[in-house]
Amino acid sequence: MTIEVKNLVKKFGSFAALDGVDLKVNDGELLALLGPSGSGKTTLLRIIAGLDWPDSGEVTFNGEDALAQGARERHVGFVFQHYALFRHMTVFENVAFGLRVQPRAVRKDEATIRARVKELLDLVQLDWLSDRYPSQLSGGQRQRIALARALAIEPRILLLDEPFGALDAKVRKELRKWLRSLHNEIHVTSIFVTHDQEEALEVANRVVVMDKGRIEQIGSPDDVYDNPATAFVHGFIGESIVLPIQIGNGAVRLGDRQLDLAAEGIAPGASKLFVRRHDMLVGPPGSGAFEGAVQHVRNFGPVQRAEVALSGGETIEIDAPRDKELRAGDTIGLKPRRYRIFAG
Amino acid sequence: MTMQIADSVSLSASDSKARAQAAAARNNLRTEPRPVRIAIITLAVLFLTVFVVLPLVVVFAQAFSRGILAYFAALAEPEAMAAIKLTLIVAAISVGLNLVFGLVAGWAIAKFEFPGKTVLITLIDLPFSVSPVISGLVFVLLFGAQGYFGSWLREHDIQILFAVPGIALATTFVTFPFVARALIPLMQEQGTQEEEAAISLGASGLQTFFRVTLPNIKWGVLYGVLLCNARAMGEFGAVSVVSGHIRGETNTMPLLVEILYNEYQFVAAFAIASLLAMLALITLIAKTVLERHLDEGHEPRDH
Repeated sequence: MTIEVKNLVKKFGSFAALDGVDLKVNDGELLALLGPSGSGKTTLLRIIAGLDWPDSGEVTFNGEDALAQGARERHVGFVFQHYALFRHMTVFENVAFGLRVQPRAVRKDEATIRARVKELLDLVQLDWLSDRYPSQLSGGQRQRIALARALAIEPRILLLDEPFGALDAKVRKELRKWLRSLHNEIHVTSIFVTHDQEEALEVANRVVVMDKGRIEQIGSPDDVYDNPATAFVHGFIGESIVLPIQIGNGAVRLGDRQLDLAAEGIAPGASKLFVRRHDMLVGPPGSGAFEGAVQHVRNFGPVQRAEVALSGGETIEIDAPRDKELRAGDTIGLKPRRYRIFAG
Repeated sequence: MTMQIADSVSLSASDSKARAQAAAARNNLRTEPRPVRIAIITLAVLFLTVFVVLPLVVVFAQAFSRGILAYFAALAEPEAMAAIKLTLIVAAISVGLNLVFGLVAGWAIAKFEFPGKTVLITLIDLPFSVSPVISGLVFVLLFGAQGYFGSWLREHDIQILFAVPGIALATTFVTFPFVARALIPLMQEQGTQEEEAAISLGASGLQTFFRVTLPNIKWGVLYGVLLCNARAMGEFGAVSVVSGHIRGETNTMPLLVEILYNEYQFVAAFAIASLLAMLALITLIAKTVLERHLDEGHEPRDH
């Protein structure tokens, strides 16, 4: 099932949750919608599910107009952040719900429903919990049951709204791997919303980065990390050093210091220089574009994180390998291995 | 434990005495001296006895003062039977109406956003803040002989005041908020996610309501119905204004109690009062049970 979204706009009062969104999701893909809270990612997901309606724009499934159908007819599996399990039903009845509410003409007989639920509970590896109530389960178990319930109706699309957002870090990591392998098994077109970049980069085939109701970049996980299209993406994904610079006559200046950096093809004026923390190479004073004094150093596993006061007055944090130890008070040169300049 | 033993060995007798005093002082921080405690507890028990237990005992003592046969004879009087029957009918009508209204209001207020919502919530509380006598007078103004609809009703030979419809209307008005009040906070807390999940799984509106919404609020519904029923059966003020006190026809149990008492028929008056008192006791027990279920219904969220 392919999903196509065209020029989608949704306003809540004067706040534009979606401000002209275009997106195409390929058949069998696992797509992540990544963005800070308020970026419109959940609204987009709810509109695709039919739980919200856009002010204008189009949503099509395999070329069919999805907006002409209600949530009930769309055959979309939706997994909620807070699970939304039916609290008065057992795990078994929760999973069976979608099969039991089908119109009488197409409803399966009891034995078929039981077999199907059993199969789904096996798939999420929780068949031993079938007689429990949701309140007796842990968060991770509830979310897996919610997923089994959504899969019971054999959805054409699976939508997951911050599926691991309410879980603790360790369970979250396990479930991430599990979702990845589950998707390899069942291949249903899936979209999941997250504000956790690690989650998006680890799980998804493609990542859609959103901010303020607009799509900033669509690309593979490597793509959005290595070639961020906008200043927002560079700042949001991975830790970045951001320095305000001036561009004029082909030269780059930080304060009154001229930097030995190329700036071809970038309009003159105020711009921002983005460098990943680990892309700042440490050398002897005078060896790079920047010079600064180390303020203090802390070790984080394989790297040492140093706070460096640049001679221009800015203070930045860099991650350097631990083979050459830095000490507070050292004067060092810094050379950006890779960098990006964005206007503004 | 081993620490304590080692301590007591190394401590001298005076040390351990000082320690015991310190412990006593710590305990004293959180409690009053014994005489004060006894005085306060006695006062509380006395108050409860005089204001709550004693009246209840007196009702039953008076009802049975001429023996158990006189008690049942008083209840078997046609006038008493008529009052019991009328009370049950009126309660059934007003609880039924308020159940439907409460469910609809709770559903609308908790699950949807619309303009005028706060006004509606305030209006639902109106019957609580108005004196029941005034609630009754409103219906006299509307349906009485001199009222707005009085002449029209007379032309069409419809009797509302001084008849069952008027009593049912007044009772419904007075007990209007109970079910809605019990459901609104419960439904607001539960949110709309389970309904959304049900619809995305293919359930119709009715299936969603009967399979998801209603089971989630069933204890709340029972709680509201229970309180609504207790109030409907016990209502005096509003009913007194619209009833007309026609013996054997428009007297509910509370009205009959007053009439019999004024006529010095103490056994009969207290026999009927004892039924209302029993209703109150049963309501209290049922309420305690329901509250336990309601607490269980609140799902602890783990994050």
